[in-house]
Amino acid sequence: MDTSTTLWILVIASILATYLWRFLGTLFSKRIDPDGALFQWVTCVSYCMLAGLISRMILVPVGNLIEVPLWIRLVGVMVGLAVFFIAGRIMLVAVGSGLAVFIGLTAILNI
Amino acid sequence: MIDHPKPACRRAVRDALGFPSIMLCASMMAFGSLAQQSGYSLSMALSLTAGIWGLPGQVAMIEFHAAGASILFAVLASSLANARFMPMAVSFLPLIREGVRHYGWMFLLVQLLSLNPWAAGQRVFPGIIPSVRVYYYVVFAIVCLVAGLTGTAIGYFGIGNIGRPAALGLLFLNPLFFSVMIAGTRMRPAIIAILIGVPLGPIFHYLSSDWGLLAAGLFGGSFAFWIHRKTEKKA
Repeated sequence: MDTSTTLWILVIASILATYLWRFLGTLFSKRIDPDGALFQWVTCVSYCMLAGLISRMILVPVGNLIEVPLWIRLVGVMVGLAVFFIAGRIMLVAVGSGLAVFIGLTAILNI
Repeated sequence: MIDHPKPACRRAVRDALGFPSIMLCASMMAFGSLAQQSGYSLSMALSLTAGIWGLPGQVAMIEFHAAGASILFAVLASSLANARFMPMAVSFLPLIREGVRHYGWMFLLVQLLSLNPWAAGQRVFPGIIPSVRVYYYVVFAIVCLVAGLTGTAIGYFGIGNIGRPAALGLLFLNPLFFSVMIAGTRMRPAIIAILIGVPLGPIFHYLSSDWGLLAAGLFGGSFAFWIHRKTEKKA
């Protein structure tokens, strides 16, 4: 199987597997309690995996980001989070600040 | 009180064109550049944006596969990253139900659901009569989708034509967006799960780049759920 076919299988399977949640939500929309224990557990598993994925993406990146020193990646995220919590939880401002610091450091240090 | 489709659509366009579109365009630009860097075609990138229509699942799929996970686990991770669509659909669809003649349409309409229209609906629907809400939802969600697809394409083509620091910045935007996004959650069990997941993720990733992160989510998430249940009663 060539790479393109493999990737298309991956893409389509992921789309269908995501739609499953939407489908079940639509099916059960009158019969299920969104605050129940099962949902809470799925939420916990989902957030834990996402948090793990994010910290892996920052600490052990797989793509070109690996060429940027770890400390710059960490400073970028720290600035973003700090601005988010200090400046009234405005996402765009927080992400913009973190990104500006990251690009600035990368450009200045000529990485 | 809005009681006609026309003003509801106008209001939807006005609401969606501001902040939600900018955020979606920016975050999907980051996704588009990641997809390009990881060897996906433009049509795959656009299909992922429109088909999954939830950034965490889109990025999780690409990242898992790039890190060496098999197709099965990359698909599982991608789906799990957007598990929130189920409770979102459950709480949102009854709000627009009255304007939809056949319930079957809901299975199509639910594909447009994402965080932005969900949040907008919670805010705006009290001022729109129930039978007209579906117009607001569809128009709002389509504006969002167009912004997301535009961002994906810009990011996809942009990464080759901008300077190296900016191109790296575009890739960095993915984990940065996520960090801020999940830091914003106020749900107690989710916060516990995040605090456990941050150290657990990389550790489990070293155990196996195939199923490691999924196992981290399963163990850490169940542990967080248990802690939440244990401590909730005392609080």
